[in-house]
Amino acid sequence: MKNQMILRVIARWNIPFMLVFGLYVITHGEGGPGGGFQGGVIVAAAFILYGLVAGADRMRAILPRRATDAAAALGVLLYVGVGIYSMLRGYTFLDHTAILPSDPGAAEPWGMTLVEYGVGLTVAAVMVTVYNEISEGTGPDDGTVPATAALTPPGGRVEGSDGDRS
Amino acid sequence: MSFIEQHLPALVIIVPLVGGILSALFGRRTLGWAIAMFATAAVFGLCAMLLDRVLAAPTGRVEYFMSNWPAPFGIAFVVDSLNASVLLIIAIIAAVVTLYARPSIQSEIPADRLPAFWGIWLFCLTGLLGITITGDAFNLYVLLEISSLATYVLIAMGKFRERRALTASMNYLVLGTIGASFILVGIGFLYSITGTLNMEDMAMRLREIYATWETGEPQYKRATVTGFGFLMIGLFLKLALFPLHGWLPNAYTYSPSAVSALLAATATKVGAYIAIRFLYTIMGTDFAFGDAISSDQVIIIAASLAILVGSWLAMRQQNLKKMLAFSSLAQIGYIALGVAIANPDGLAGAIIHLFNHALTKGGMFLALGIVVYRLGGVTLDDLRGLGRKMPITMAAFTAGGLGLIGVPLTAGFVSKWYLVGGAIEAGRPDLAIVILVGSILALMYVWKAVEVIYFQKAAEERLVILDSTGSRLREAPVTMLVPTVILIAASIWFGIDADTSSHVAHRAAETLLRGIGGIAP
Repeated sequence: MKNQMILRVIARWNIPFMLVFGLYVITHGEGGPGGGFQGGVIVAAAFILYGLVAGADRMRAILPRRATDAAAALGVLLYVGVGIYSMLRGYTFLDHTAILPSDPGAAEPWGMTLVEYGVGLTVAAVMVTVYNEISEGTGPDDGTVPATAALTPPGGRVEGSDGDRS
Repeated sequence: MSFIEQHLPALVIIVPLVGGILSALFGRRTLGWAIAMFATAAVFGLCAMLLDRVLAAPTGRVEYFMSNWPAPFGIAFVVDSLNASVLLIIAIIAAVVTLYARPSIQSEIPADRLPAFWGIWLFCLTGLLGITITGDAFNLYVLLEISSLATYVLIAMGKFRERRALTASMNYLVLGTIGASFILVGIGFLYSITGTLNMEDMAMRLREIYATWETGEPQYKRATVTGFGFLMIGLFLKLALFPLHGWLPNAYTYSPSAVSALLAATATKVGAYIAIRFLYTIMGTDFAFGDAISSDQVIIIAASLAILVGSWLAMRQQNLKKMLAFSSLAQIGYIALGVAIANPDGLAGAIIHLFNHALTKGGMFLALGIVVYRLGGVTLDDLRGLGRKMPITMAAFTAGGLGLIGVPLTAGFVSKWYLVGGAIEAGRPDLAIVILVGSILALMYVWKAVEVIYFQKAAEERLVILDSTGSRLREAPVTMLVPTVILIAASIWFGIDADTSSHVAHRAAETLLRGIGGIAP
């Protein structure tokens, strides 16, 4: 789909907002609708959109498989780590009071936010991995759609969209 | 030490979980195995301590509250003598099989998949241990999914040796997901009428509903019965009770050798544990086995058929791994039979059989894994005349086979003794006959293998048997031989000295039969 100008431009505009919105949803999950899973999926959607528009190989150049594999594991580790931290401080597993014993009410949001980020990291990484598995072996779509081919400038390059040439 | 004692139930889950993450991250070469070995050994120690503490505790139970939320609100880990002993079974098998698995897995799975393999191996273990230890019905479902998803992957890893592992895994994935969904729907129904997910709280609310069974609103009754139906069908699928066993034979046959041993010895045992927990602790035998539902009759018929059909099909197999898989089907029948007989001897027999069969079948799958490692296949032809070439492995296999038959002085004898006793005590001598016929069929299929191993010569061209690498066939490496012999020796040990196992099993059976899992004061 590299030659689809409208798609490329819109994707380019949207991806940063998607990333920020994903982080917002993860952070918001502690005290309202949202959370690690939903936010993680939104973050992953930003990467997958880039992969769809620019080609999965280019997406993997930014976010290599080793990074997603490690991120998936590190997210769970963050979650468990929060629990183990409270155990080491003498509380039960995942008792967030341990983070700020003087004010348990304030400690709870901190603990939950950390846990949600752990979930978000893992979910985003696994979603991107699923996309990688599906797109593996299929090259970037060159957009040779007969009906729209005439609308695309030769070579598929558009002024102002540098950095996207292949 | 006090740290470990304080967090004992939680550590049983945390250690394999963290180990799994570390294996997946850093598990290149043998480090993944080393982490898995360390984690399983640690879990073994923790579970032994836990059983010790449960038996010593005046209340007979140990509790742990996640995030320090009290029992009906948060997730509680509740350990009594039943799940403490199941935990110990899983931990023993996991530690021994992991000790065994390094050469076997390295020969069956390419090196770049090893970190993933050991990570998933430990996640599977986390799920199995978690199901057994948790006191929360929904938590149980989540952990069931963790272990199931890990199991699908572990079975599919057999594809590097046998492509059919992929279809076996896919088949299990579809059936296992249906089973898990049924369990989820069942738990949902129970949640909708009791308003709680904590197992003990759920049990007590259900007793209140039973008390107003006839006078109360009819939808409670309908929802309870429907939920119970969904739960049981889902559990039977997961447990592979005849006729819902379709996924089991191929899944056990085509998965990597160590995975077959781990699954055969632990996964179905955990399924049986869930069934016992739901039937006895949560629903209560008065309801589940009462006149209105009489699910015990259904289970008895299914279990009897499982024993007869499973043993019969086992006899007709040429592939020995498949033979053991069908034999597992029959053994699940014995366990389910004991659960449904629902008297102290029958239930204790089922619990002892959980333990004994885990040791015996685990050991036998390990012995076959050695044959796969050396010869690359386990058909009857491959085993021809192997008794002289690999004496220790084949002796272990044969001793395990005697345990399956239930010959005196093996562990299988003890559990079948209790099961037959329980059946007669319940006034069902026909079930005792089913058990005996099953044992005769077991004798036939075990004899078929023994005859080939000891009394037949290898074919002319294979008089000097070569192993898969082309060198002369030798006995297995010590690291594989020792775990196999440990499991088989343990199965004989618990056949001779049955006091320990039957003491724990009887205690668990009494607690279960006493009422709401012994919760009611």
